[in-house]
Amino acid sequence: MSSPDTYAGTAAEPRRKGWQFTRWHGVWGVALFAFVMFWLYGKPVARWAFSMPRDMQIPFKRWISTFMKWLVDEASFGLFTFTELTRFIAAVIEFPYKVALSFLSTGFLKGQGSDAVQILPPVSWIAVIAIFAMIGYFAGGRRLAVLVGACFGFLALFGQWNNAMVTLASILIAVPLGIAGGLMLGIAGYRWKWFALFLKPLLDLMQTVPVFAYLVPILFLFGFGPTAAVVATIIYALPPMTRISMLALRGVPDEVHDLGRMLGCTGRQMTWRVLVPSAMQGLMVGVNQVIMLALNMVIIASMIGAGGLGYEVLTALRRLDIGRGVEAGLAIVALAIALDRLSQALATRSRAHHQEGSATGSFVQRNPYTVASGLLVVVTGLIGLAVPAVQTYPEALQLSTGTFWSEVVKWININFFDELEAVKNALLLNVMIPFKRFLLGLPWLGVTLLLGLLGYALAGWRLGLMVVVLAFLIAVTGQWNKAMVTVYLCGISVVLACLFGVPIAILTAERARLWKWVEAVIDTLQTLPSFVYLMPAVMLFRVGDFTATIAVVAYAIAPAIRYTAHGLRQVDPQLVEAGTAAGCTPWQLLTKIKLKLALPEIMLGLNQTIMLALSMLVITALVGTRDLGQEVYIALTKADTGRGIVAGLSVAFIAIIADRLISAGADRMRARLGLKR
Amino acid sequence: MATNSPKLECRSVWKLFGSGAAEALQEGGGKLDDAALEQQQLIGAVRDVNLEVLEGEIFVIMGLSGSGKSTLVRCMSRLIEPTAGEILFNGENLLTASAARMIEIRRHQMGMVFQHFALLPHLTVLGNVAFPLEIQGVDRSTREERATKMIELVGLEGREEFFPNELSGGQQQRVGIARSLSVEPEIWFLDEPFSALDPLIRREMQDEFIRLQNVLKKTIVFITHDFDEAIRLADRVAIMKDGKVVQTGTPEELVLNPADDYVAEFTLNVTKAKVVRVRTIMKRLPEKAPKGGYGGTVLAGDTVAEVAPLVENSKKTLRVLDEQGEIVGCLSRDDVVTIMMQA
Repeated sequence: MSSPDTYAGTAAEPRRKGWQFTRWHGVWGVALFAFVMFWLYGKPVARWAFSMPRDMQIPFKRWISTFMKWLVDEASFGLFTFTELTRFIAAVIEFPYKVALSFLSTGFLKGQGSDAVQILPPVSWIAVIAIFAMIGYFAGGRRLAVLVGACFGFLALFGQWNNAMVTLASILIAVPLGIAGGLMLGIAGYRWKWFALFLKPLLDLMQTVPVFAYLVPILFLFGFGPTAAVVATIIYALPPMTRISMLALRGVPDEVHDLGRMLGCTGRQMTWRVLVPSAMQGLMVGVNQVIMLALNMVIIASMIGAGGLGYEVLTALRRLDIGRGVEAGLAIVALAIALDRLSQALATRSRAHHQEGSATGSFVQRNPYTVASGLLVVVTGLIGLAVPAVQTYPEALQLSTGTFWSEVVKWININFFDELEAVKNALLLNVMIPFKRFLLGLPWLGVTLLLGLLGYALAGWRLGLMVVVLAFLIAVTGQWNKAMVTVYLCGISVVLACLFGVPIAILTAERARLWKWVEAVIDTLQTLPSFVYLMPAVMLFRVGDFTATIAVVAYAIAPAIRYTAHGLRQVDPQLVEAGTAAGCTPWQLLTKIKLKLALPEIMLGLNQTIMLALSMLVITALVGTRDLGQEVYIALTKADTGRGIVAGLSVAFIAIIADRLISAGADRMRARLGLKR
Repeated sequence: MATNSPKLECRSVWKLFGSGAAEALQEGGGKLDDAALEQQQLIGAVRDVNLEVLEGEIFVIMGLSGSGKSTLVRCMSRLIEPTAGEILFNGENLLTASAARMIEIRRHQMGMVFQHFALLPHLTVLGNVAFPLEIQGVDRSTREERATKMIELVGLEGREEFFPNELSGGQQQRVGIARSLSVEPEIWFLDEPFSALDPLIRREMQDEFIRLQNVLKKTIVFITHDFDEAIRLADRVAIMKDGKVVQTGTPEELVLNPADDYVAEFTLNVTKAKVVRVRTIMKRLPEKAPKGGYGGTVLAGDTVAEVAPLVENSKKTLRVLDEQGEIVGCLSRDDVVTIMMQA
């Protein structure tokens, strides 16, 4: 008892309860100290650890470019060359695209270029609106019919009809091909385990590589034009469809599988007569996703010649013609809402309801919608020959809001210029620029090792090693500084998104009616193509990092709100009751019980927010950022595949590092709280 | 009744889960005990099962969850590949049959009903029932005609155009039954067909099933975890535990002579009178008729519960007839009362 050791032990006892010094604290202390020392004093000793010298970089860019050149110029599969293959694919896509475009926009032409003579007009605007409204009625009843009709009417009224139809034509071609391709891959992955194992990392990568990066090699292989855009759209929409197909097929009950085998189904019968129809409900979710992703991509693919609404926004952005950009942006919103609601209604339509006498009756009785659509097209087409207003929406009835929007912006800038500028400058000078400088000054070697240590601490050496390799690859390809700019913009945006999003969620999550409104708003925000977000930000703050941040925050805030609210609402009500019974104040309830238990879910929201922020960040290259996104954008304008792919992969690596670290952290936290996923 | 030749035989059927199962079994000389299984980290779902299903009988396999009964029935149709043994169907070993032969057998000679119905959501009742024939490539009018008949058989006429999600659980299982019968199978597997239904509906479906079997006279393998259901429906019952068949016999044999405590546990709450047949408790006809003569006649195959009211009314000893109408014994009132008194 009297020995000093025992005395020291008892004295340390109370302190230990609050904070225990573990081995990890020691490791972190040493690591951080070493890092700071190296950062402050290491530069003269090891310059290479701060900025990768040129001769140490691995020339992936050149290798990829050379490889692509070889593909196009020399690669051959024996019977045919690679170029012939791409031409073949292009031809396969181009033909139906031309037909769709003729129907919706140009009409059927004879002859080339300016000598072309229209032999058949396109489907009249009245017929298109009516047909889509009918699909809406078929899928979801009168209300949906009105909504869809109104959305398409909006396109005609505001003079965006032709652009919208060009966009729609691309979607009509890309969506079925994307669905079919995704379903095939999904079935293959379901059938063969090795294929699923091979597919998984590829799908992960494809979903994190920014959209622009897809465009570069496609531009190189397929050239500039709508066909290349459709190819890009299909590839972009494939991964989620593949994933959802595999999930949906795996969700088919074992018994149904047994049934197929007991009936003596052949492999093909099993797939197409038993499994795919049984998985239909799940597959339709994928269809909705494909449609929305296709729309997003078709808009962005205007950079490689998709035309249509996206091109309208793009040219407006380039000329800073706010009015025109906003108009086209609103048209995209209308189209997105119409397509989203339509496909969702089709997916959830209670199709399994018997209809009296559906199997009998004449052709007209059995196919009322098809017949009505056909009649509409023919009749309005014929009338349209005599009355042009039926064929094409008359220009005199169009409303142009372009000048209005320009005036609004002018008015805002005249009256609030100082205020806006003050906010912008305050944030830029006090937060953004210092943070950027700080990140750029860090040694890549130290950051890489620290990240690796974090990965090791969270989930073992595998994660640690993976993080180190990915970070090293970014550095060794000479992308480190640009990557740090990406991290800085992404970081600021995510922090802002959480600063706004989390409180919104806390305030609304438990108020059912209010939450319904918030949910409706974020649902709509999430259906909008990313391009649309640029317009209002540019309107108010012109170009630059700050504008980019605003657009990214607007785009990425939805998951921050959604996951926080979800986390708060799934807290076990018994625990809240226990807290109330113990006399907690509302504030204590929130901070000591609800938020603590919701934290893993909030982390997942954070993860999603980062993913969305990164994907949006790349697009903000259009408003003049200087990060990896800009690098991809430049590569795109120069059709420099190596540069584009390397920068694109770097963004993907950042995304993967963030995703894996945060997921591992959330898992640990969940395990500690005893919550199940 | 079970008086015919075996339709389906299982001979030393094993199904072990885990890696290297087949080799381990071979090394063990075709047998592995509990300790050996544990040591090899194998799970014995079906262990050395021998049984015969006779033509035209209802053979019930009864066991609690995890006893291996579902695995066994899937081994019988090779939905699950047994690790070892023989499955003889009409004398043909299914385990050596080619894939094409298996498809052939499953298409034309086997039918199966599933616990959770396994109806295809995108097809109407008619489409579901006609589906097995569609798979075989039977033309539309023929298969719909046959399907319509089956739908009538299970009492769902008028619902042909309904979709599964518009039907109640009981109705859905009727569709499942009609579908499995549409190919007129020689052997009919029912995997806990009524377990997912409410108790009242279950009872109704059991009656329906008895009625159907009186018409169809199929060879049936029926899986259940419900002992009451087993003795209500079965000609013979096999009781499974931990992958092994503990006892096989008629309901009466199980109740009167349980092989071990495990079986006895199940029979504890069974009303004996409903299981024990007159044949078992009748006595040889005495030399001379009892005082006051006989009270009437009963059939040897009836259960004691069925004849009890008759005995009670006549208050006399009854004569017992066999299937051919011959007098084979007599049934005293006291013996009936003794059985009726037992729980």
